[in-house]
Amino acid sequence: MKQSRRSIIISYIILAFATAIVLLPFFWMLVSSFKSQRELFAYPPKFFPSVWKWENYRQVLNAGRITFFEMFLNSMKVTIPVVVFNIIFSSLAAYAFARIEFPFRKFLFMLFISSMMIPSAVTMIPRFLLFSNLKLVDTYAPLILPSAFGTAFSIFLLRQFFMTIPVDLEEAAVIDGCGKLRIWATIMLPLSKPIIATLGVFLFQGSYNDFMNPLIYLNTDTKFTVQLGLASFRNSFSTRYDLIMAGSMLALIPVLVIYILCQKYIVRGIVMSGLKG
Amino acid sequence: MASITFKNVSKVYPGDVKAVTDLNLEIKDKEFVILVGPSGCGKSTTLRMIAGLEEITQGELYIGDRLVNDVHPKDRDIAMVFQNYALYPHMTVYKNMAFGLQLRKVPKDEIKRRVTEVAKILDIEHLLDRKPKALSGGQRQRVALGRAMVRNPQVFLLDEPLSNLDAKLRTAMRSELIKLHKRLETTFVYVTHDQIEAMTMGDRIVVMNDGFMQQVDTPQNLYNYPANLFVAGFIGAPQMNFLDAIVKVEGGETIVDFSGNYQFTLTGEKAHKLKPYAGKVVVAGIRPENIKIPEAGELSDYKTKALVEITELMGSEIYVYLDCYGEKLICRTPSDTIVTPDSRIEIAFDINKMHFFDKETEKAICH
Repeated sequence: MKQSRRSIIISYIILAFATAIVLLPFFWMLVSSFKSQRELFAYPPKFFPSVWKWENYRQVLNAGRITFFEMFLNSMKVTIPVVVFNIIFSSLAAYAFARIEFPFRKFLFMLFISSMMIPSAVTMIPRFLLFSNLKLVDTYAPLILPSAFGTAFSIFLLRQFFMTIPVDLEEAAVIDGCGKLRIWATIMLPLSKPIIATLGVFLFQGSYNDFMNPLIYLNTDTKFTVQLGLASFRNSFSTRYDLIMAGSMLALIPVLVIYILCQKYIVRGIVMSGLKG
Repeated sequence: MASITFKNVSKVYPGDVKAVTDLNLEIKDKEFVILVGPSGCGKSTTLRMIAGLEEITQGELYIGDRLVNDVHPKDRDIAMVFQNYALYPHMTVYKNMAFGLQLRKVPKDEIKRRVTEVAKILDIEHLLDRKPKALSGGQRQRVALGRAMVRNPQVFLLDEPLSNLDAKLRTAMRSELIKLHKRLETTFVYVTHDQIEAMTMGDRIVVMNDGFMQQVDTPQNLYNYPANLFVAGFIGAPQMNFLDAIVKVEGGETIVDFSGNYQFTLTGEKAHKLKPYAGKVVVAGIRPENIKIPEAGELSDYKTKALVEITELMGSEIYVYLDCYGEKLICRTPSDTIVTPDSRIEIAFDINKMHFFDKETEKAICH
């Protein structure tokens, strides 16, 4: 069916409007990051700064006890292990849940999935006590370990995808001489690139943007991650919104880069899981 | 040596679903054996048991002299071609073919030599760098075959390998597979539900139904001497015509009576074998080509009348759908025969080619 010209124009207008609504805060953050503190709160508000203050960015990069770049490295020390280990262990578990017959498989899977229903606030204090007893507070371990060995969401997502991969491929691999572990590594993982890329972005974003856990577990300011660093522009005496805006812009860059790199997979991943799942 | 021997093999799936029951079969070395039957008859399960993809519930399976019940698929020295080819989508054709050899730690040069050689035989040399999704159905089929061939297995297992191809390609691949079998001189076990494939390709055919083996024989013998009603009905297209008949013995002569409408006197072996069935109903089977439309004046003792319902011109022959006293019959006759729908005509049975089956046991009485 061919759409009429008018309906196309109308749908474009609606989409453009919706896009504008979504992008407006982002745009506001961008222009604000170049404003002075005073201009930020000027009334009536001004859209563009009278003077573009690149100074904000220089200040952010070198503020505090450690530089922004060092905070970024700290974030990576947490985020990269989370992404890598989570994908490895979740996909192993997902493969087992998808393809290997074992007693209580369905029940265990449902049990696993139901753990997603537990609000994180409930486990926050027991978890802190646990890590405190293990003497791991003020290290990155409490930020990495809980999700490194697989999380219910990742396992669920990967399992659903694995189930769409034809069993024949696996049987062909068995006849070719593969064991389970090799099937996982040489057949399942390469075929799951789209979903792994999607999951990777979710995990990266989740871990990188995490503010609560670093706040709870990290005390030494040289260990601060980006999100904690941003918060330190706000203290009991003043809040440097101009610097927070500039810092947020910088903090956004890694997520954007990862998203752009994985974008073609993400779209495909969502489409594929939609069609076959 | 790569014969395959089934000794009382059964496969029962969880929930007491019997897929294969008490299978005894010996497949000789270098033989091309076809497993055929309707869907769910256990033919694929049988093949998968040879491959080691299904565990054997009961009985013993030998490849050569070796009991393989508990041998891992990769150690059985078999190769399998799957119905949907099961090519690894993320690997090139070359890698697809080399994968099994790599896992067996075959030296790189040797892998290259074998893959190129097989690619040459199958005429897929120019495709080696492509990925499966860039290939046509026929090309994928060849790659799947090639992947099996590079391994030089003792046994080839083929699971409906032609069913995803279009009709023309299927015919071409059929003869290529026969040539390939001659060239490779290995045992082929081939599963299909297509009886034309079965008839044209196999040295021997195993007909299966409901998990039971019905008959094993050469295509010719299966066609001419079906062991029971199922085989008689399954092999041959259009299907064999079946008619109920009462056996009567009058004055020493054996007569088969078709619902009182017409009756034939039997002679020779048929008469002798049907005698014990006097007074009982048997099933008479006659293939469409053995029902003739006699020309005017032609004499036959085995004639009756029928109404022509429709005719189908198939090119060199015509299928005539008949109503013979309420029984539906199909007759296959040369295309120069003149038959007009809705006319009443005379038909003649070739009594020598008529098969008789026991109505209760469904086993053949005589052919």
